[in-house]
Amino acid sequence: MREIPEDLFEIRGKRLGSRLFLGTGKYGDDALIPDVCAASGAEVITVALRRVDPDAHTGNVMDHIPRTMRLLPNTSGARTANEAVRIARLARAMGCGDWIKIEVIADNNYLLPDGYATVRATETLAAEGFVVLPYVNADLYVARDLVSAGAAAVMPLGAPIGTNRGLQTREMIRILIEEIDLPIIVDAGLGLPSHACEAMEMGADAVLVNTAIATANDPVTMARAFGEAVRAGRLGFLAGPGAQRMRADASSPLTGFLGGDGA
Amino acid sequence: MHVIINGKPEDISLGTTIQKLIEAKKLDPSRVVAELNRKIVPGDQFQETKLQEDDRLELLQFVGGG
Repeated sequence: MREIPEDLFEIRGKRLGSRLFLGTGKYGDDALIPDVCAASGAEVITVALRRVDPDAHTGNVMDHIPRTMRLLPNTSGARTANEAVRIARLARAMGCGDWIKIEVIADNNYLLPDGYATVRATETLAAEGFVVLPYVNADLYVARDLVSAGAAAVMPLGAPIGTNRGLQTREMIRILIEEIDLPIIVDAGLGLPSHACEAMEMGADAVLVNTAIATANDPVTMARAFGEAVRAGRLGFLAGPGAQRMRADASSPLTGFLGGDGA
Repeated sequence: MHVIINGKPEDISLGTTIQKLIEAKKLDPSRVVAELNRKIVPGDQFQETKLQEDDRLELLQFVGGG
């Protein structure tokens, strides 16, 4: 088999072997998380930060995250840039590294990220040495501002969080892939392995999937399916797809036909 | 002594440290991050940090999220 040239994927010099990032929300049973990690091949996983609730006797999600995974805490719950910065600093104080996924969301119906506030939070946190991965709308101007602000990647949404509606923003994501010289990690809305595969075929650098895996009937098998879809999509991109055309173009030779009746 | 912990008023005894509070809530201190009056308290200072009257303390931990 022909070897594909080495396919490096790095975020701020940290080399990653998988282009699938996982979330840890919405699992019916957090004890599935280790098997989900193993089945998906993912190496990066997100968590959120919340007030402790001693009365809630749910275990700690950290009990289920394999130590080999790189933690990507998010700033969910932040409605302003300052709140995101505050959450990011607290998350780093937990001692699990300096990666942070910035989410600044002040919209309750669609959970759409506030690009302006996200850029401000990115600027502050990048200057403090954080590796900042901001969750944003697939918007070229916001993405350019994030580059200037020192982001380590850009995470455009495919569709609103938790909707499983797939790559609704594909044309805008295509533009980000073309124009932005940072890893593009499609986050949110990817509901099926085929959605993730499509993003990777387009040239996205990675995808983040939570709801689609966590709420599947069989999360472990779905994790494997997403892992394979991401690899397949990446290979498809690297292989260089052939051109599309409207009219048929025969794959079999158009000469040397067997003679017809009476020939 | 009156303090606010995670937005709720609580009465605790004078001289209570962050470490004692976390242990009293049956939490693992290595998995809790603390913010006292808007300043982060590093985990290695939980033992020595005593709460004062009217302090506002936030205790947070990682939870599932995407």
